[in-house]
Amino acid sequence: MEIPYIVHARPDTGLTNSKLGIWLFLASEVMLFGALFSTYIILRMGVPEWPHGELDVVLGTINTIILISSSVTMVMAWASLKLNEWGKHRLYLTATFALSAIFLVIKYFEYASHFASGEGPWHSTFLAIYFTLTGLHGLHILGGMVVMAYFLGPGATLHKRNPEQFANRIEATGLYWHFVDLVWIFLFPVLYLL
Amino acid sequence: MDNVTTHGSVAHDHAHHDELGFWRKYVFSVDHKVIGIQYAVTSLLFLLFGFALMMVMRWQLAYPGRAIPLIGPWLGQDRAPMGIMLPEFYNQLGAMHGTIMIFLGVVPLAVGGFGNFVMPLQIGAPDMAFPKLNMVSYWVYVIGGVTMLASFFQMGGAAQSGWTSYPPLADIAPGQTMWLIGMVFLITSSLLGSVNFIVTIVQLRAKGLTWMRLPFFVWAQLVTAFLLLLAFPPLEAAGVLQLMDRLAGTSFFLPSGLVVSGKALPVSGGGNPVLWQHLFWFLAHPEVYVLILPGMGIVAEVIANNTRKPLWGYKALVYSAAFLGFMSFIVWAHHMFMTGMGTTMSAFFQTTTMIISIPSVVILTALLLSLWGASIRFTTPMLFALAFLPMFAIGGLTGLPLGLAPSDIHLHDTYYVIGHFHYVVAPGTIFALFAGIYYWFPKATGKKMNDMLGQIHFWGSFVCMNVVFMPMFIQGLGGMNRRMYDGGMQYAHNATLLKWNVVISLAAWGLAVFQIPFIINFFASIRGGKAAEGNPWEATTLEWLAPSPPGHGNFLTEPVVYRGPYEYSVPGAAKDFTPQFEA
Amino acid sequence: MHSDPAANVKKSVRSYITVFVMLMIFTVITVAASRFHLAVPVGITVALIIALMKGSMVAGVFMHLSHEKQWIYGVLLLTVVFFIVLMLVPVFTVMDSTGTAIQAAAAGRGGH
Repeated sequence: MEIPYIVHARPDTGLTNSKLGIWLFLASEVMLFGALFSTYIILRMGVPEWPHGELDVVLGTINTIILISSSVTMVMAWASLKLNEWGKHRLYLTATFALSAIFLVIKYFEYASHFASGEGPWHSTFLAIYFTLTGLHGLHILGGMVVMAYFLGPGATLHKRNPEQFANRIEATGLYWHFVDLVWIFLFPVLYLL
Repeated sequence: MDNVTTHGSVAHDHAHHDELGFWRKYVFSVDHKVIGIQYAVTSLLFLLFGFALMMVMRWQLAYPGRAIPLIGPWLGQDRAPMGIMLPEFYNQLGAMHGTIMIFLGVVPLAVGGFGNFVMPLQIGAPDMAFPKLNMVSYWVYVIGGVTMLASFFQMGGAAQSGWTSYPPLADIAPGQTMWLIGMVFLITSSLLGSVNFIVTIVQLRAKGLTWMRLPFFVWAQLVTAFLLLLAFPPLEAAGVLQLMDRLAGTSFFLPSGLVVSGKALPVSGGGNPVLWQHLFWFLAHPEVYVLILPGMGIVAEVIANNTRKPLWGYKALVYSAAFLGFMSFIVWAHHMFMTGMGTTMSAFFQTTTMIISIPSVVILTALLLSLWGASIRFTTPMLFALAFLPMFAIGGLTGLPLGLAPSDIHLHDTYYVIGHFHYVVAPGTIFALFAGIYYWFPKATGKKMNDMLGQIHFWGSFVCMNVVFMPMFIQGLGGMNRRMYDGGMQYAHNATLLKWNVVISLAAWGLAVFQIPFIINFFASIRGGKAAEGNPWEATTLEWLAPSPPGHGNFLTEPVVYRGPYEYSVPGAAKDFTPQFEA
Repeated sequence: MHSDPAANVKKSVRSYITVFVMLMIFTVITVAASRFHLAVPVGITVALIIALMKGSMVAGVFMHLSHEKQWIYGVLLLTVVFFIVLMLVPVFTVMDSTGTAIQAAAAGRGGH
């Protein structure tokens, strides 16, 4: 017996295995970042004065624009696949990868400037939660980039053997990527603006 | 191809399977049955090790300050100079006993072992939805386990701040960093596994296997998987935060003005130790339902089979398990009544805790009522399953004064708590797991275990378990604190309670002796046991349709389900059981 | 989603572009709003509302959540409930504490 519902949906649930699987994984990620947001709330309430102006809002805004753009290119990468436009798919996926890399580079510069003035996560609970939240988020971006590189590289051969399964995998990658974008949509105002 | 399963693909699968070398077949297998057995054997070894740690602790508790016999000289100057246990080593044994039993022993056996092996068979699936992910889950668990074991050999020893790892102590005590790294691996393994379990149960049920025809064991595993999925991540986050406190100098859990050994800690402060407790218990409370639910599932299967009648209240069981799972997320701070909690939140948590006892009682009652009017077969699995009922009852009932703040004030952190939770997990869950081993051993190996050895194992364990844990209620009510390396000797109010330490220790060592027949039985039966056919227990659920042991792909033809899971003694039927899979 | 004919996907592409523009606009709004030095509770409310709007667009359109299956909605509903519990209950419990907290002289800073 082969494992069913890898490519086509099971009739009564309307889902493929990977679709359900990735959403369940994202649910667990909501709880992971949720714990850190809960930490932020408690830490902030635990001090009479919460630091302001320590983060570069301009760089944060630029990164927000970059990440949102990468979310668009990601969904377009999937859409191109559904429209049988292989070339466009490759272009959009590469663009997503490139935008993510730029995001991380900007983050690197932000981190570097803090460390240069000797202010790492040990300096205050604000910086502690800032570094942890953005650090974990950054690791998730890195993870996404690894997956994208795989689908740009060796993983792309699946497209020839089983284009529908390949499209499902790109869709799952996209869902993960939009989630990473979603987390940043909340991270940015909470850390940079409030 | 797509969702149509292919008949006669077994020949193709076998041919493919024979091409797998030793490493792919037995070590890095993606077959859920192999992985299930890997989990089972690994976890049983960890259970034995965790038990061994406790037996060493029990020497110190019974005879504080006396040199440990046999192994004392081998422990070294850092742990037991002249064979006498140091308090630091006692604390390591305590913290690691809890950690190993819960995270490396019981849950991997209940979920990784039984869940992996039995569940896909019970739903008529060829394997888990994501076989490669399943393999990864197992090996990440092994890495986590090895990390935990290795921590004993680092400078300063293993984690020694309790399995609960409360800061500020855990932020600065030795051994904690490796514990945290080990936990990250174990939690990752668990998360990957829970995704796999849920997708498998939702998507790969055989034709005709509707939700209300599922064996209760599968429902139990489904709820358990959701608990693991949604409750573990906050502890993973907390683990990262504690690692940051230890390695990056942060103050997530370190309050301002903390003084250690007469010196102010050079940290920013501003953190909150209670934050750790919230994030920890947010996982650790659902975790206790992870500990019990699979056991309840096993007991349900064994009782139905050995009473030769349908379970009483199937719907009640299912709805209770789901409700229990949901409620388990909103009771956690009943572990925190003593943290300076105000009356409003205390009332909230007391209320939810009292409410959560209802589904537990419903489940226990349904299982008990299932015995009424039954033709009970006192097989070895049934003995363990029957004992589970009063043992879990004692464990559950003794939880009530802990869940109510006024009584918890006196009982918190005493031996009463240790007695309570061990009753639920040790003669509770572990007995259920033994029942499962005896019950499904023929399916996994094609051999039967010896019943006489099984009876000795059962009766010896049953008596010893009760002699170990019942006196702890007496000690706790008398005010004896837990985690005291001298068994409470330094407190005058414990004077009359100390004699129980000797009784408990003797019973614990006795318990160890009675596991020997089990270990012998387990290994000897694999080779020399009586051959078992496909359905030696005359059971009704799908796993008994597959051969014993099942081959690659599990079923010779695609299974179809025609009825509910417990159609025993159907009036007018030819035999006293009508399997789900018979047309 | 695999059964989407090309026309449906083309329509979706238009909505992706629309959402992209909306997200940019909301990003500008949220940064601008932070310039106003609102009282903390007001500022938090405004920021969260804007973030929720952006988030729902990403979830609804990019992640196709607006026409997903029951099982996904069920899992997410459960997750949202527990997420809210995780946000509110620990902080309520900390706020409801009895006794007097020790306030450090250097609030959230100092030390290293």
